[in-house]
Amino acid sequence: MTTTATTGKTRQRKGDLIFSGATRIAGLTILLALAGVAIFLTLEGLPALEAGPEKLQGADSIVAYIGPLLFGTLLASAIALLIATPLAVGVALVISHYAPRRVSKSLGYAIDLLAAVPSVVYGLWGIGFLGPQLVPVYEWLEQNVGWLPFFAGPASSTGKTILTAGIVLAIMALPIITAISREIFAQTPTLHQEAALALGATRWEMVRLAVFPYARSGIVSAVMLGLGRALGETMAVAMVLSASGIVTFNLISSDNPSTIAANIALMFPEATGLGVNALIATGLVLFVVTFAVNFTARAIVARTEKGNR
Amino acid sequence: MAKSIDVSDLNIYYGDFLAVEGVSMTIPARSVTALIGPSGCGKSTFLRSLNRMHEVIPGARVDGKVVIDGQELYAPEVDPVEVRRQIGMVFQRPNPFPTMSIYENVLAGSRLNAKKLKKHAADEIVEKSLRGANLWEEVKDRLDKPGAGLSGGQQQRLCIARAIAVEPQVLLMDEPCSALDPISTSAIEDLIHDLKSDYTIVIVTHNMQQAARVSEDTAFFNLAGAGKPGRLVEMNATRKIFSNPDEPSTEAYISGRFG
Ligand SMILES: Nc1ncnc2c1ncn2[C@@H]1O[C@H](COP(=O)(O)OP(=O)(O)O)[C@@H](O)[C@H]1O
Ligand SMILES: [Mg+2]
Repeated sequence: MTTTATTGKTRQRKGDLIFSGATRIAGLTILLALAGVAIFLTLEGLPALEAGPEKLQGADSIVAYIGPLLFGTLLASAIALLIATPLAVGVALVISHYAPRRVSKSLGYAIDLLAAVPSVVYGLWGIGFLGPQLVPVYEWLEQNVGWLPFFAGPASSTGKTILTAGIVLAIMALPIITAISREIFAQTPTLHQEAALALGATRWEMVRLAVFPYARSGIVSAVMLGLGRALGETMAVAMVLSASGIVTFNLISSDNPSTIAANIALMFPEATGLGVNALIATGLVLFVVTFAVNFTARAIVARTEKGNR
Repeated sequence: MAKSIDVSDLNIYYGDFLAVEGVSMTIPARSVTALIGPSGCGKSTFLRSLNRMHEVIPGARVDGKVVIDGQELYAPEVDPVEVRRQIGMVFQRPNPFPTMSIYENVLAGSRLNAKKLKKHAADEIVEKSLRGANLWEEVKDRLDKPGAGLSGGQQQRLCIARAIAVEPQVLLMDEPCSALDPISTSAIEDLIHDLKSDYTIVIVTHNMQQAARVSEDTAFFNLAGAGKPGRLVEMNATRKIFSNPDEPSTEAYISGRFG
């Protein structure tokens, strides 16, 4: 008995060594890959500082070139999240707390399927269907709330606007935000839900008292993951957006800012020389923004979790 | 404020499973009634049917009658949410809302009832309820700290304060001391003593000394056999149950011969 125990122990120790070695290598590989990407983007992007207007689609300097693209990226993502977050949280709640079990299961599957649709398909749907459908809506917005800078118009006649792009991005970000939120809602301790119900809370009051506080940091991470998807999305935006590289909050005209990812996809095939470096520089900016978003998300999550204790 | 409870022919189900069968009893007002019995005999299930918490479990239902002060609890026009506002409940494991301060925990029920609560009125409710739960002196300097930072016994008293803050007619407690140390337990028992002049209290306990110490009446539940539903065997004055019960199985249980 004792001998087997000891041999068992040493064997396990060897296994532990191999395993910890393997995980360390895996972790290092990821860090190296990340560093490699960052170094590549920096080295290849730096020469773009010297690029002239002919390589920068008419912009005077690399900063003037990247600025509108960054603006467009953030604007499209902000629209997407503004639409997707309440919708996703609502759908997740219906699935976890409102719908009967059978309905919520099929609803869950349907949402998960949305995540499996390739982005080209979303792009096609955006130009072929959603855009044209939205044209009358944009015209109505221009006529009735045109005094708001967002809807100043003139309304696009094709529907290829940044608002359409934002809506398509929202639908693409929806599944991931819904899936994560729903998991977390479903994990809310029964103990706290029953505490609320026993005080005479309605179901919605119970959600506010017990479910949301428990799920807050999880929702933040879910939204950040959705944001990651929106920031980096290429094909759908490239197809849906009619971009002219300006900076404007006008959401419904046919003059729109482009996004970094879509711009790279559209311009890369014809870019030469410093033009390639300029595109890589925009990629570096996107890389940094994505990093910053993830960092902020982690900081927020860490802080709310500390608050929970 | 305190009300008596009349239960007649109550059957309680989880889906198709009959968990508790044919309970009839009268729970007197302004008094403590203890529910005892071996585990799995349906004490918690029965207790939760008294404030309609039973039905929050999917598929769970009851038939039979529960009448509180002439009002039938399970009448079709009765809103379970209203019922739960009138009948407070304290659970086996302390469950203050973890992200809320002590102050807000106490007020959680009042905020549901009346959305607009003046600061002055709120302060008053908090102090009165915390004093009522024997917790005021311990927490009055840190009311804005999270409720989850208290010890287990303090958390349980916070939950009692939260329950009595809305001045319910009835207070249901499901083994409120089972997760607590002896000192906290005795603090809560003292509290139950103080509360019974104002509230009708029903307490489930697996501790027979506790039943003997805190209650006026005791109801003994038992299982007729494995897989059979739980039933009420005997309900009598606590003194009688512990000295000279009517039923032999009660005698066997309290003298420790099973359960
Ligand atoms: N959520 C539930 N779903 C199905 N059956 C349950 C559930 N809770 C309790 N039961 C069953 O009901 C019976 C009574 O349980 P319970 O009321 O918890 O007993 P006690 O509190 O006396 O220990 C047991 O057979 C138990 O398995
Ligand atoms: Mg129990």
